[in-house]
Amino acid sequence: MTETVLVKGNEAIAMGAIEAGCRFYFGYPITPQNEIPEYMSKHLPEVGGTFIQAESEIASINMLLGASATGSRAMTSSSSPGISLKQEGISYLCGSQIPGVIVNMSRSGPGLGGISPSQGDYFQATRGGGHGDYRTIVLAPHSVQENYDLTMKAFDLSDKYRNPVMILGDALLGQIKEPLKIHKYKKKEFSKDWILTGTKGREPRLLKSLYLSEGELTEHNWMLSKKYQRMKRSIMFETHFLEGSKLVVVAFGSVARILKTSVQMVRDRGMKVGLFRPITLFPFPYDALERISLSIRNFMAVELNTGQMVEDVKLAVGHKKNQVDFYGRPPGSIPSPDELFNEIKKIYKKRIG
Amino acid sequence: MKQVFKRPEALIDVPFHFCPGCHHGIVHRLVAECIDRYGLREKTIGVASVGCSVFLYDYFYVDVVEAPHGRAAAVATGVKRACPESFVFTYQGDGDLAAIGTAEIIHAANRGELLTVVFVNNAVFGMTGGQMAPTTLAGQETTTTPSGRETVTNGFPIKMAELLSVLPGTTFVARAAVNNPKNLMRAKKLLRKAFEVQTNNQGFGFVEFLSACPTNWKMSPDQANKWVAEEMIPYFPLGIFKGETV
Ligand SMILES: Cc1ncc(C[n+]2csc(CCOP(=O)(O)OP(=O)(O)O)c2C)c(N)n1
Ligand code: SF4
Repeated sequence: MTETVLVKGNEAIAMGAIEAGCRFYFGYPITPQNEIPEYMSKHLPEVGGTFIQAESEIASINMLLGASATGSRAMTSSSSPGISLKQEGISYLCGSQIPGVIVNMSRSGPGLGGISPSQGDYFQATRGGGHGDYRTIVLAPHSVQENYDLTMKAFDLSDKYRNPVMILGDALLGQIKEPLKIHKYKKKEFSKDWILTGTKGREPRLLKSLYLSEGELTEHNWMLSKKYQRMKRSIMFETHFLEGSKLVVVAFGSVARILKTSVQMVRDRGMKVGLFRPITLFPFPYDALERISLSIRNFMAVELNTGQMVEDVKLAVGHKKNQVDFYGRPPGSIPSPDELFNEIKKIYKKRIG
Repeated sequence: MKQVFKRPEALIDVPFHFCPGCHHGIVHRLVAECIDRYGLREKTIGVASVGCSVFLYDYFYVDVVEAPHGRAAAVATGVKRACPESFVFTYQGDGDLAAIGTAEIIHAANRGELLTVVFVNNAVFGMTGGQMAPTTLAGQETTTTPSGRETVTNGFPIKMAELLSVLPGTTFVARAAVNNPKNLMRAKKLLRKAFEVQTNNQGFGFVEFLSACPTNWKMSPDQANKWVAEEMIPYFPLGIFKGETV
């Protein structure tokens, strides 16, 4: 049975987490994601879970590391400046192969920046963010419903790969209120032969990222690298109107949401424009975009920043005679569907005529 | 014949990598003895820190998770909250606990986490080559205080046991030394208390060990033991600062 409720995007994330069996939440307040810790502080104890308001984001991510090391599902959330502080811990989670879900309802930077929506953390999220050669899976929801669904998915992917998973939303996705269809989480079983519970009946287990003996670290890094390759099996994306299109708009998250309206508007005026929305930002759907580029030559990346994901679009399709245009909106204001309609129209006129 | 001395079961039968005269090995043994004494080996989860003791897992026959430098108390908080039936200890140096990890230890202590914290104060950063630690004594020469620590520019050696003892969240806080048999016997008793407050669900237990680092102090093991007695103990008094009666 499904029930529909009207909730904020941040609440949907918290609800999805609890439904997916998350029983530990550690966080430090920061706008625009405070509804997540607030919801968790109220509802986690009701299901026997634990909420800790930590002394910092650094402490939060390390508490998550500890809780996850015992095999429990744990989450932390923050927004951009706080996510910067979590990077040390994320690097250790990856190095030690400990799962965990990290939510970034990103705001604008650099520095203290502001609290308006931004996609300025794309590089930080998809390129590792902390020190060392590692990756986190990054999921980019574009609606309240997806905040809920992808949070559940994040826990499964995290357990599956023994790797942290980041949900990259923004102020807009955290604050909007929309109807949400609640549905039951389907429990999946994952191997737990690595968790720390005390050595009763077995040899000691160790979770670490330090490898000093000859060749060990090289091997460890290759092993991780192969795992990141395997993650390609979990790539997710969404397409609209690609059939017969001459221009593909590529965008993720909140701006992709706005673009759905703009693309419809240009199509209503006879322009053949499609939309490609990556849902996993790491692994990025390079192959899918490349296949599309065999029949469609023109691409336009749209982002709420000065140009980050566009580099991945170029990596995917930037060869032969393909064109990759970019429209960026740095933080401060959100483009309206009309504004984006005009930007798409301009590119369409320039490239197709 | 009655056996009166043997390797604790919680300690793996391998030689320590510590320098000759280093007290880390002694403190490791004391921790292992306590794990045995309370029958905790099969339910212990150790949290290793970053410093000369980072290879904790090579020596203890228990589950271990490695924490980033300074974050052991936060990691241990997560472990203990998620696995309350386990016995959780952290083992941290003075760079780890009293410099980079000050926020984590103060807040874990203040929340009264059910943890046992073993704090090894050797007045220097051992692993990185003997730089100044927050606990470096006034006037003490280190590789980053070549003419001695000047309190005007470097501040004062920090007294972690005293500092934590004033927090309402802590249950047992003490300082011990292992530089001679008498102090060592006393240290054993103090560590037991820090174990018991966790096993009895009473609260946060903390023991600071004044510890020799002959290598970075540029002393012989004997001289180092003497230096603990003559220079460290007068500034860092031994004893119980909180929980005399628990
Ligand atoms: C974030 C970070 N900064 C610095 C270091 C380098 N580092 C490793 S151990 C250490 C200090 C060790 O001193 P202490 O904690 O007193 O332990 P000891 O080696 O003396 O036992 C430092 C600064 C690190 N590993 N990580
Ligand atoms: S450097 Fe100092 S603390 Fe480290 S093992 Fe050697 S004596 Fe011990």
